[in-house]
Amino acid sequence: MVTKLIYHYASPQHFYPLAGRLWPLFAIGASALAVWGLWLGLFVAPTDFQQGEGYRIIFVHVPVSWMSMIIYLAMAFWALIGLTLNARLSGMMCRALAPTGAICAFLSLWTGALWGKPMWGTWWVWDARLTSELILLFLYLGYIALTNAIDDPRRADKAGGILALVGALNVPVIYFSVKWWNTLHQGASVSMSRGSSMEKTMLTAMLVMAVAFWLYAIAMALYRVRSIILIRERHAKWVTALPGVSPTPAEGSA
Amino acid sequence: MIWNSVSDFFAMGGYAVYVWGSFGVTAAAMVVEVLWAKHAHKKAIAHLQTEAAAKTLTHNDWSA
Repeated sequence: MVTKLIYHYASPQHFYPLAGRLWPLFAIGASALAVWGLWLGLFVAPTDFQQGEGYRIIFVHVPVSWMSMIIYLAMAFWALIGLTLNARLSGMMCRALAPTGAICAFLSLWTGALWGKPMWGTWWVWDARLTSELILLFLYLGYIALTNAIDDPRRADKAGGILALVGALNVPVIYFSVKWWNTLHQGASVSMSRGSSMEKTMLTAMLVMAVAFWLYAIAMALYRVRSIILIRERHAKWVTALPGVSPTPAEGSA
Repeated sequence: MIWNSVSDFFAMGGYAVYVWGSFGVTAAAMVVEVLWAKHAHKKAIAHLQTEAAAKTLTHNDWSA
């Protein structure tokens, strides 16, 4: 049953309308959670006893940083599926995710710099956490540039897929960098083994924002993959027969 | 609610530049991304329409 469904929706023809129905749901969810998360983070969560109001950057910094890593892992997953099972849709999903990932990596560095300046006294240091996140941004940009530079989409998917897979090694390096090396960056505030060291409202706000960004990333990827499907499958009958695409009968019969 | 006044809120305890610089650029990046994706989708549709139109035109030429 499940396998049948997966095979069904692995075909771009069937995934296109499904993605069209799903992205608005994810977009609505993301907006609703963002409103709730921003309310909690900016109006309810108390002032930090060490960092004053400056700590509120956490409500964007941590979610975008997590997403920058999660989206890369998602790309590596689709790359693996694409390279092993040769599924056409996986390459398209990979490409649809990359821009959002790149934006998250950039925002992670940007908000990090704006947090670092008042707290550490510097916008930037070449330490393990910051440098590996910068490498992640370059991996995203490299992936986008590489896949755009190759004209044949299947070959572009393959080359990009290999880059996505090899680059995935960088993700655990980012995550564990604060443990493995001495760094200016603080350790994780939320850890799977120790739980959280944060005040409850702060933690809730941060997690709500994280889920909001997650839903946003899914909505963007689903939206973007539809444009990619249209261009890639433009010679397929089902695409030319789409209501917005096929010429109106009056025009065609002239 | 933890703020005493609107200006209190915008001042962010002296961290206004850093906090609003973070939230503002993040919001701007998301707006740009959404507009960009919408533009790409419109472009894809326009591309398909041009191809479809070109196809009917050439067919007409041959049949004429």
